[in-house]
Amino acid sequence: MVDWPTFLSPEARIDLWTILVGLVANTACALLGCFLVLRRMSLLGDAVSHAVLAGVAGAFLLTGSIAIGPLLIGAVAVGVLTALLTQTLSTFGRVPEDSAMGVVFTSLFALGVVLISGVEDLHLDTDCVLFGKLGFAAVYTVDVWGLRVPHAMTTLVPACALTVLFATAFWKELKIASFDPLLATSMGLSALVIHYLLMSMVAVVTVAALEAVGAIIVVAMLIVPAATAHLLTDRLNRMLLLSVAVGAISAIAGAFWARRADTNAAGMMAVVAGLQFAAAVILGPRYGLLGKWLGMLRLSVRIACEDVVAALYRREEFARQTAAAEPAPLTRAECRRAAGDGFAALLAVPRLRRRGYVEATAESRLVLTDHGRRMGQSLVRSHRLWETFLNQNFDLPPDHLHEPAERIEHYIGPELQEQLAHELARPSVDPHGKTIPPPQPETSESP
Amino acid sequence: MAFTYNTWIVLAGVSLLGACSGLVGSFAVLRRRALIGDALAHAALPGLCLAFLVVGERNLPAMLAGGFLTGLAGVAVIAALRHGTRIKEDAAIGVVLSVFYGAGVVLSVSIQNSVTEGSKAGLESYILGRTAGIVRQDVLLIAGVAAVCLVLVLAMYKEFKLVAFDSGFAGVQGWPAFRLDLLLMAMIALTVIIGLPMVGVVLTAALLIIPAAAARFWTERLEWLLFLSAVFGLAIGAVGTIPSALLRNMPGGPPIVLAGTALFVVSLLFAPRRGLVARSIAARRFRRRIADQTALMTIYELGRGAQGGDDAVTTNAFLSRRAWDERSLRVVMDRLERRGLAERPSTDSVRLTSAGLERGAQLVRSYRLWELFLVEHAETAGNYADLDLDTIDEKLPRELVRELEGRLLEETG
Repeated sequence: MVDWPTFLSPEARIDLWTILVGLVANTACALLGCFLVLRRMSLLGDAVSHAVLAGVAGAFLLTGSIAIGPLLIGAVAVGVLTALLTQTLSTFGRVPEDSAMGVVFTSLFALGVVLISGVEDLHLDTDCVLFGKLGFAAVYTVDVWGLRVPHAMTTLVPACALTVLFATAFWKELKIASFDPLLATSMGLSALVIHYLLMSMVAVVTVAALEAVGAIIVVAMLIVPAATAHLLTDRLNRMLLLSVAVGAISAIAGAFWARRADTNAAGMMAVVAGLQFAAAVILGPRYGLLGKWLGMLRLSVRIACEDVVAALYRREEFARQTAAAEPAPLTRAECRRAAGDGFAALLAVPRLRRRGYVEATAESRLVLTDHGRRMGQSLVRSHRLWETFLNQNFDLPPDHLHEPAERIEHYIGPELQEQLAHELARPSVDPHGKTIPPPQPETSESP
Repeated sequence: MAFTYNTWIVLAGVSLLGACSGLVGSFAVLRRRALIGDALAHAALPGLCLAFLVVGERNLPAMLAGGFLTGLAGVAVIAALRHGTRIKEDAAIGVVLSVFYGAGVVLSVSIQNSVTEGSKAGLESYILGRTAGIVRQDVLLIAGVAAVCLVLVLAMYKEFKLVAFDSGFAGVQGWPAFRLDLLLMAMIALTVIIGLPMVGVVLTAALLIIPAAAARFWTERLEWLLFLSAVFGLAIGAVGTIPSALLRNMPGGPPIVLAGTALFVVSLLFAPRRGLVARSIAARRFRRRIADQTALMTIYELGRGAQGGDDAVTTNAFLSRRAWDERSLRVVMDRLERRGLAERPSTDSVRLTSAGLERGAQLVRSYRLWELFLVEHAETAGNYADLDLDTIDEKLPRELVRELEGRLLEETG
């Protein structure tokens, strides 16, 4: 046997194999996980990969060997059994589905542990099953074409290849069954068959990965990369690629950090996957929380700005009507109050000044520029048109008109304004008797 | 085995824990929160380890407090993911469960690799549980938590009942449904955490789910469910500790869970009314009754229309009217003959006795009345959906039945 690759030091070789084993295991799990997450069956995947232990232990007790064949058969049988029992208990036994799953997989897992602890010389001790011994992957080796290869690779590589084959061969079926199981069934592809095939694949991958990465890390790699990818894209093929990428980054960074912190590599891979998930939750371009928050903030700042401008405009209008020489300008505090005194109101005034909608007088009070006046006019026009519209069409009393108009004025653009004016036969005063300002020649953009 | 003082302590501790889990778990099962308990238990692992790192020794209360905090943090993350992102509940539970657990594994292994002798924590015993180490203080702690849960459940029984079955309605009624839910969650968390050292991170959820799911087969009433579930939990705990007391290598959790599984399977099969055996018997009886009624009505109707005043109906006439095979007709006829309702004048014909004629008339009348009721009162008919032929006079108001009878007479002339 040759220690491969020969140019690396023994330590580097161990690290390399750790990463490779992790990569293969994570790829298989990350691919399958996408279908589980989309079909909202992540927890069934979790349940199957726990329960598989009973199948492995049972097969060992029956055959007395740890040959992969019987173990696989046992695992797949128990994996399918878990899905089947959960289904049966919840339909025929009237047990709520989550409880049914909880009863089935904890029972089978417990059975597996009891069977294993009854057998002294079983290669799979419970620690190994639960944590995985990824760090030792390079220690148990076998001879493959004269090369020294970790034993785990001989099961993981075929399992991963089988998963890729499964995903490509049943691509169309999996896709339909993931998004619309009823449609799949009505098109003659039994969603049920796909469901049990998927569960069998989960069982196969779990068994293959049990020795190297442990059952519970299988769960992490089934669910976390897929959920991360789900946050980043709406297309299934991209989701699969992203999911595999997340799994690969987890494998590499996890192995690296586990080495540095002298701890369990499989656990670290789960943690790295979790970090990537958290990053996707916060930073994801479309569904990320940060983007959502920023969008909301932008909207509330815009509304606050518009409220300030509208308040200033009304002040000027009032001054014109009472024939006062100068409109009494508003202080900053008054402007902020007009915009609701919130965080957005605090940002609004500086922003309006920067963009040239308002300017400060010598007494540090605020007045509208021409630019700002045009915007104020448009806003007040929207407001009063809407009040007129409500009054005419919904028969609301005059004191119920202001509130809704105050909210809707921010969303009425020039076209809608024109449409409203047209429909209301171009009114000149609103229901309160106030003049509706004329439309703008050019459209006023919002700050 | 010898019942030493220690054995009794272990027995008392695990049984009490079982009872408490059973009580609290009923609500978890009813609220569809069963797997949140599982996530909570997994999420507690990093907290246990962090507390160990902070305190620097195996201090049970500190570790449990740490586990409680990260466990609740995990549940909070699940809720936040469910409400704030497009991640569905199942994936949210899965993510929290596996990532927190992974972090726990990382921490516990690095503790074991770095901490020198003596205090090595034996953190791995938290994975599958260990019952042997229980001391008197642990039992007192469990008893305390159980007492708190019991008092809370008794004091707020009405509120919890409402929230457990219809929290939306409870909210509309002005109950603080959200806070009550939080209180339930806190009770679940507390129970899970004190159970961790004995049952282990991976299996604690089972102790929460199994007693309640088993008890659910025996009763439809919440007070009985709570009582039975607590008793089941107690029994599961007591029986489940025996194997780990006898076998040196046996972890604490699995035998307890398997004891629960046995109880669950027995309940599933043999519980009266909701059990599978009882239900399949009831279903069979129901099918027979419907078949008998159908046969009586069919023979009655065919016989009345037959020429020559002879009420005998040939089997062929019967079978062409009903999509039955000969065998099922024979079986039904055997039964009807035994009950004195029908007879077979020849091998290929059947006839009703006078008792059978009377019964057939009754059935046909009910059938027609129901039919008419469905047509005339389709909007309310859904409330009487079982449309049982024997109970129409009890189910519908007397005046309505009179009215329908009148209509029926008009129609048939």
